[in-house]
Amino acid sequence: MNIQKTIAASFALVLSIGAGSAAADLVFPSLDYRTGPYAPNGIHFADGYADYFTLVNERDGGIGGVPVRVLPCETGYNTEKGVECYESTKGEGALLYQPLSTGITYQLIPKVTADNIPLHSMGYGRTSAANGRVFSHIFNYPGTYWDAASIIVKHMSDQEGGDLNGKSITLVYHNSAYGKEPIRTLEELSRKHGYKLTLLAVDHPGQEQKSQWLQIRRERPDYVVMWGWGVMNQVAIQEAANIRYPMDRFIGVWWSASENDVIPVGEAANGYKAIAMHGVGDGYPVYDDIRKYVIDAGKAAGDGSNLGTVLYNRGMYAAMLAVEAVRAAQEIHGVADINASQMRDGMEALKIDQARMAELGLPNFGPEINVTCANHGGPGLGAIQQWDASAKSWSLITDFTGADREVVDALIEEDSSAYAAENNITPRDCG
Amino acid sequence: MFYRESGDFKTSYIQDQQIFPIGLDRWFVAVVCVFAVLVVPFLINDYWEKSVLVPVLVWSMAAIGLNILTGYCGQVSLGTGGFMAVGAYASYKLTTMFPELNMFLVVLLSGGVTALVGIVFGLPSLRIKGFYLAVATLASQFFLVWLFNKVPWFYNYSASGQISAPERFVFGIAVSGPNAPPWATYLFCLVFVVVFAFIAKNLTRGRIGRSWMAIRDMDIAAEIIGVPPLRTKLSAFAISSFYIGISGALFFLVYLGAVEPTEAFGIDKSFLVLFMIIIGGLGSILGSFIGAAFMFLMPVLFKNIMVGGLGWPTDLVAHLIFILIGGLIMFFLIVEPHGLAQLWRVTKEKLRLWPFPH
Repeated sequence: MNIQKTIAASFALVLSIGAGSAAADLVFPSLDYRTGPYAPNGIHFADGYADYFTLVNERDGGIGGVPVRVLPCETGYNTEKGVECYESTKGEGALLYQPLSTGITYQLIPKVTADNIPLHSMGYGRTSAANGRVFSHIFNYPGTYWDAASIIVKHMSDQEGGDLNGKSITLVYHNSAYGKEPIRTLEELSRKHGYKLTLLAVDHPGQEQKSQWLQIRRERPDYVVMWGWGVMNQVAIQEAANIRYPMDRFIGVWWSASENDVIPVGEAANGYKAIAMHGVGDGYPVYDDIRKYVIDAGKAAGDGSNLGTVLYNRGMYAAMLAVEAVRAAQEIHGVADINASQMRDGMEALKIDQARMAELGLPNFGPEINVTCANHGGPGLGAIQQWDASAKSWSLITDFTGADREVVDALIEEDSSAYAAENNITPRDCG
Repeated sequence: MFYRESGDFKTSYIQDQQIFPIGLDRWFVAVVCVFAVLVVPFLINDYWEKSVLVPVLVWSMAAIGLNILTGYCGQVSLGTGGFMAVGAYASYKLTTMFPELNMFLVVLLSGGVTALVGIVFGLPSLRIKGFYLAVATLASQFFLVWLFNKVPWFYNYSASGQISAPERFVFGIAVSGPNAPPWATYLFCLVFVVVFAFIAKNLTRGRIGRSWMAIRDMDIAAEIIGVPPLRTKLSAFAISSFYIGISGALFFLVYLGAVEPTEAFGIDKSFLVLFMIIIGGLGSILGSFIGAAFMFLMPVLFKNIMVGGLGWPTDLVAHLIFILIGGLIMFFLIVEPHGLAQLWRVTKEKLRLWPFPH
């Protein structure tokens, strides 16, 4: 009898999901992951994302007077769970999705477009979504994978005195849509710069990389580039240390660039490089506010120990860009309690200059952002950061520089028009 | 008292041989089918479609397929994920190469392609048995996923190696792509599952099914009484792969819409389907449905109760679900080692005698 009652009650609960609440609030689902092989990275991002929204609620009483509600949903970096999370939260009036997974992003691109909800895949997802003419609801500012690949190659070229001809570069990548994204750009650039590219795939979850690093040890490429995520990062850096590969010739993408990727390797990780899309550390005024209103008030999403880590910063940055987009949308439409379609307009009109960044307590944290109807990919700037194992900190060793726009833009145009042709999308007229 | 067969007289062989010999069972199945076809499409929304009904139908199809091979013919297979991938990629190539092709035909042809691949990978089963065969099928799992990663032709040379389902129509209504209405995708899957579940049920009652079971119970004895092992084992591999191929095609076209081989068709999917049929009941079509529903819906149910209902932190819940599902699997296998279908069979036996058990 009890079992029957429980089943009945649970199905009633299942039914109630998706009913939605009518209260005026701005709903931001957080498709995060705090479990599984990608949790070491996912937790920091999720904490930063949630804490910034808490700060906005506690300090400013919401955005334009409307409180923010964050809906966490555990995806485990798994696309099927991601779809379940999307379907279960979209009925609550979700304004924006940030799935922090390229696989889930691919899954959601057609769905959010059909449901008229914007999706922000910040520095991940489908690179060609930067073409706003074809991807009306997808945004990937402030930079894309292909920008990152191009900036990394540029850095190598600077190291080599401007000439990569005859050099060899090996890409160690997560064998998924995420890891495969930069391949086409790196191939294109290899034709331009004359380096030799070797591709080494690492299967999910990435704990087994002995054979890949054996090959690197044998071939001794001039540079190793990594597109890794989760436990794969620290395993790769450990393996590189084991074969005594010079760390300053090992460069990761901005998702292989956090403290918990290098700290487990200890001293041997000293000098490891990665590309950064924003500033490092917690030396920004906004952290005083986060400490005061969120951490000390006991409202932190995590244990409050991750402040200033690369991925915490990135989660906070993602939330900050979302909040600014809400403000832009409120201004355009003149309503405080915006809906998802208005949120999309706000994101497309998002402009953040350095003065505004300073107002937000993040002076010189990231590049200026100017999203337009045609360009959803942002400025596409990146800097190189390097790990100092004794000080346990990252430091930026270059300025923010741009990508090889000639190569990247041509590829974006090609891939997005292929998508448009495949899906019968007529590119929008952006005037 | 309520569930009985007295008064249920059978006066012809046809009546005696029908699928559900007990009147109440017949009624029950008929009512479920009518409800699923005529009532559910009017109630369904996106959440029920994408998170509950369509995946359960897809996994039921895969479980029936594996049950034919493992439950009825006794050939342990760990290649289910790979065969689902074959179905998915076949359907992708078919829909993109022949955009006008009818979707029902696309799914059936994908099943056909998978059946051919299944026969090829079934060939070792003539020489090796048991755990050794499981390892051979494991090789097929890894080979197929590697193949779909390696050869760009399969994913139409897309930059990321992902395949995305294009929008396709049946009778002018979209069944794949983001604009497909929930009731249409649900009915599309339901048609396949209902039709092929009945075919599977009948197959297992006839000559082919009996020869499978003879091979399963003792292959040497079966061979002596005249059951050809070659044809029997390969037919089991072919038909099982056909079902799994259909489920893979539906999984990709209707349920997810975009997949990458390593994640969507990894070894964990092979284990998931194997667990479904073990929990549900080996050698039972009903068990395939129960097992698929149990393994897929329990986590969703627990998540909705604990996160949606009780408001617990999502990471805690994710870990608790592992513990609870593991505990439940052990509980049911201790209570009934032959699976949930056997539990249902025992319940029916008891109900027949109730309220006067001896």
